[in-house]
Amino acid sequence: MKKYTYTEKKDTRSGFGDGLTELGRENPNVVALCADLTGSLKMNQFEKENPDRFFQVGIAEANMIGIAAGMTIGGKIPFTGTFANFSTGRVYDQIRQAVAYSGKNVKICASHAGLTLGEDGATHQILEDIGLMKMLPGMTVINPCDYNQTKAATKAIANHDGPVYLRFGRPAVPVFMNEPFEIGKAIVLNEGTDVTIFATGHLVWEAIQAGEQLEAKGISAEIINIHTIKPLDEEAVLKSANKTKCIVTAEEHMMNGGLGDSIAQLISINNPMPIEYVAVNDSFGESGTPAQLMEKYGLNAESIVKAVEKVMKRK
Amino acid sequence: MPSIVELEKVASQVRRDIVRMVHAVNSGHPGGSLGCTDYLVALYFEIMNHQPKPFDMDGKNQDVFFLSNGHISPVFYSVLARSGYFPVAELATFRKLNSRLQGHPTTHEGLEGVRMASGSLGQGLSNAIGAALTKKLNGDKSTVFSLHGDGELQEGQIWEAAMYAAHNKVDNLISCIDYNQQQIDGSTDEVLSLGDLAGKWHAFGWDVLHMNGNNMQNIIETVNKAKTHLGKGKPVMIIMKTEMGNGVDFMMGSHKWHGVAPNDEQLATALGQLEETLGDY
Repeated sequence: MKKYTYTEKKDTRSGFGDGLTELGRENPNVVALCADLTGSLKMNQFEKENPDRFFQVGIAEANMIGIAAGMTIGGKIPFTGTFANFSTGRVYDQIRQAVAYSGKNVKICASHAGLTLGEDGATHQILEDIGLMKMLPGMTVINPCDYNQTKAATKAIANHDGPVYLRFGRPAVPVFMNEPFEIGKAIVLNEGTDVTIFATGHLVWEAIQAGEQLEAKGISAEIINIHTIKPLDEEAVLKSANKTKCIVTAEEHMMNGGLGDSIAQLISINNPMPIEYVAVNDSFGESGTPAQLMEKYGLNAESIVKAVEKVMKRK
Repeated sequence: MPSIVELEKVASQVRRDIVRMVHAVNSGHPGGSLGCTDYLVALYFEIMNHQPKPFDMDGKNQDVFFLSNGHISPVFYSVLARSGYFPVAELATFRKLNSRLQGHPTTHEGLEGVRMASGSLGQGLSNAIGAALTKKLNGDKSTVFSLHGDGELQEGQIWEAAMYAAHNKVDNLISCIDYNQQQIDGSTDEVLSLGDLAGKWHAFGWDVLHMNGNNMQNIIETVNKAKTHLGKGKPVMIIMKTEMGNGVDFMMGSHKWHGVAPNDEQLATALGQLEETLGDY
């Protein structure tokens, strides 16, 4: 098993904030909009350095998406920032009509996704956002795994012409990713032969931990980071699945509509095989610390290990 | 510069196009389209500085227009075609399979002149504000226009946008409300009263003007007056009194023709009241 280590923990939202700051310096067409969560989204430095290109819209997310869509007319590249719940569910129709259907170059950047938002509870813990966004034709959906990957993704999407949903989170998590980032290109973190674990977002580090535990049990796990859920790197998924013949997916999202759902669809069409899902199963979240919630809802290394053992028996 | 009479002749042809388009597919929205015909003709044939060909999505150094109440697509399509954005003959494809003239306007099929999909109501003011902000960032001195239905003002996003535009001094924007006081289920007073409409926009920090949207002379005078309000720190709203179905006597003044097409006999009656001036498509 390839070794992954870290020397510090950082929040992925800071990767977004730092990436945006660099974009502000490098690309004069990048503009940023925020709905009263500048500090939470780590957009302060961009605002400080580019007051003329930062737009505080207040607590009015529908208007924010509409303005962002309009700003593309004339060549600006708008990055909107608010929590994932208010970035998607609250403004679905605005995104659908003015961004996706209109084909506008808007980057919807969403923090505090999933259960790891923690104590605020289920009103703010959206677990459906990947599904909502990936159903929109033409929408690119990216869920990076750590600070480095979030920063790289933030910079990459500025050079991608078209609507993007970029999802990241609140808690400090290990910074371990040094592989280059390319939209739509899966990253093989560990080569294995017995099972493939496809993981996205905060669950990638957990998948690596699971891989080490599995190795101790004599199981060789291939671990693949799917940061871009749409468009899915079908070639990489099928190549690995055809080798290992069974799959576990891991994500901080609802089972319905998430990464696992995308993988299952691809596999069912091409080469049906056993799949187990580490995801939330048709449930809202609740208040608690991020670690407590991830344990209670089974989104950690231990759950991945159990899912691997189960799926291998189904081979 | 076309005379008032010439503009009225264009409007007559546009009204013919509208009733023929909705009749041909037995669907679409003639009432609001007829009511807003004079305003759109005035914008595209007299007021706006715009370049139909080649169509520039970015609209740099041009005035740009956003139709927020997308269901009045027949008037939008006719005016765009008649002012040179795409072939007039294409009006015959309205609402048909494989057409660029979708039921509600979209950029998705590459129809020249449309810069934003609309249809789901209440969104166009935000879009227009966005375009206006980009014009300011680009040092582009041209103007953004938007048109909204009055029923559409029942959508909350309109008021988010209204608050934003005033707070941020979006003063390169002239918006307009089609104040026909009708919506699908009845009059606006019956369904959900708009109350003191001018008072509301004043209270939200906008300059407010009034005009008769079915009087070409009054439209041009009022919009030209509105242009003198630009650049003074406030967005401008024109409350445009119109008659739904204007130009066709049996369609006038009722919400019943909001989204209903005329039959063959009704079409003949309507066309008898509308002079063919530029040639039917």
